[in-house]
Amino acid sequence: MNLSDYSVTRTSQSARVAAVLGAIGLIVLIAAPWWAGRADMRLMSELFLYLALASLWNLMAGYAGLVSVGQQAYVGFGGYMLFALTIFGGLHPIAAIVVAGLLGALIAIPAAVLIFRLRGAYFAIGTWVVAEVFRLSFAQVSALGGGSGSSLPVGIVKSLASGRSARESLSYWLALGSAVLVIASVYFFLRSRRGLALTAIRDNELAAGSLGIDIWRTKFAVYVVTAALTSLAGALIFLQKLRISPDAAFSVNDWTAFVIFIVVIGGIGTIEGPIIGTLIFFLLRETLADLGTIYLMVLGVVAIVVMLKAPKGVWGLIRARFDLQLFPLGYRVVRPTSKKDT
Amino acid sequence: MDWLNALIQGTLLGGLYALFAAGLSLIFGVMRLVNIAHGDLIVLAAYLGLVVTSAIGVHPILAMALVVPAMTLIGYALQRGLLNQTLGDDLLPPLLVTFGLSVILQNGLLEGFSADPQKLSAPGLETASVALGSISLGVLPLLTFGIAVAVIWGLQWTFYKTSLGRAFRAVSDNQDIAQLMGLNKRHIFGLAMALALAVTAVAGILLGLRTSFDPSSGGGRLIFGFEAVIIGGLGNLWGTLAGGVILGVAQTIGAKIDPGWQVLSGHIAFLVILAIRPQGLFPRMSG
Repeated sequence: MNLSDYSVTRTSQSARVAAVLGAIGLIVLIAAPWWAGRADMRLMSELFLYLALASLWNLMAGYAGLVSVGQQAYVGFGGYMLFALTIFGGLHPIAAIVVAGLLGALIAIPAAVLIFRLRGAYFAIGTWVVAEVFRLSFAQVSALGGGSGSSLPVGIVKSLASGRSARESLSYWLALGSAVLVIASVYFFLRSRRGLALTAIRDNELAAGSLGIDIWRTKFAVYVVTAALTSLAGALIFLQKLRISPDAAFSVNDWTAFVIFIVVIGGIGTIEGPIIGTLIFFLLRETLADLGTIYLMVLGVVAIVVMLKAPKGVWGLIRARFDLQLFPLGYRVVRPTSKKDT
Repeated sequence: MDWLNALIQGTLLGGLYALFAAGLSLIFGVMRLVNIAHGDLIVLAAYLGLVVTSAIGVHPILAMALVVPAMTLIGYALQRGLLNQTLGDDLLPPLLVTFGLSVILQNGLLEGFSADPQKLSAPGLETASVALGSISLGVLPLLTFGIAVAVIWGLQWTFYKTSLGRAFRAVSDNQDIAQLMGLNKRHIFGLAMALALAVTAVAGILLGLRTSFDPSSGGGRLIFGFEAVIIGGLGNLWGTLAGGVILGVAQTIGAKIDPGWQVLSGHIAFLVILAIRPQGLFPRMSG
């Protein structure tokens, strides 16, 4: 046999099966308004929005090495922009959600320029300062209710769609759509030239830099895009909640701690990790939530144990055993299958 | 005169922030670890102070005699039992483990003490003041500032004049060679965390005397300490004191303009310094 018999491929049997199953699953999920109850749909919407947040945090921490504990800055910013743009700007809620994402990118630019001066762990705390600045600033805006917050007026909610069930379906589809949008963006970004650069930076920053990759600019782009999509998700979260206050909008626990636990438990630095992590997180929450604070402590302990004993998370354990890859990112060499050679 | 008063009060407040920051600065200097749970450990110390004062009825300042050794032991155990395992080239494990620890501490305190704000009470000390011309200075803020200066002087002395300090500096410079010279870096790291949490204990008691605290106040304390470290410049303890003072003054002046602006103006001062002098005012090492 000679070398030319070997071929290089990106896809694999498991990835093809996953793609087909994923497509079927997506169709089933899109059809949820016809088979799921109202409470289930709300729960699933929340799950999709957490999935979006987790995938975005994973892109930053797992691929770009930007560990942020301040993503609540953009969740809250997006939520507040939805309220401000619909109440004072008179925009349709869906237009406001898109504009909130764009404004999130815009405000992320100066924030990134500042906090990118901090390295590593200090960067993490720097992101938290930015989130606090946002929280305290929005608490000063009396038109948006100041520290006590405000509700989305009924007229704006009704402008979303006519009829309660139509509104609920629409907001469900928006949540599902945002999760699909985020995962697809992350997937195609990582397969692109820039994604390859990002993966190279993750694996060895020094080597990547010496090959001519502009590290600062690549990380900057990831931060700004993540901020935009996080703001979009934030706007959707508060479209579901219909009420916003600085403490809820910029909560470290809700929008960062949970998201970090999801990614760590599921498997950081993989696309599949956040998906599995979100499922585990909601499963635990629905069964243990009655325990209140104990539940959060359990979650903290689980995250620490996973980080120390299985740093690649649940998906890492699965992959080590079964050599699966549902979202093909890397290339693999395939041996020729002819029977003559041994 | 009002402005001068705000300036002086802010300076004294800065002493407390420097105490928040000193432990953070120490462990970063020795082992490049940034402890996200640092603020929650400060709050834990305040709660320990509360338990001691209410159990045996001593003055909070005297309660330090029990809280400081307790936090020292917790620090050594925490470092050897958990945090040493996270240290390495990868940035993620220490960050995420201390983040998990922060959530556990916060919710543990919530479970044990409820969300009600608590305060350490020291009748007499809280309200006592001395008059300096037309400005009256609280005895507690003065005491806090004095303790902060003493603690930083003590840390500085430990770092540069004792064999323990030599060990700290050795593992900070090169862990492997320090290990070859017969230092057990795991033990040294344990001692560094023990010392850091001893300082944290002092900070926690003084925090509890000054303001009310609840299980969720840790994050804010971490941020103030962190800002003081960055403003002062990495690796310089006196710089950290200066950073704390700058932060404190920015806050009291902000509060003078509008009470809602107190914390926000501290953050803005931090961001301005980050923009014009990212390495801090008096850096001794690079991050």
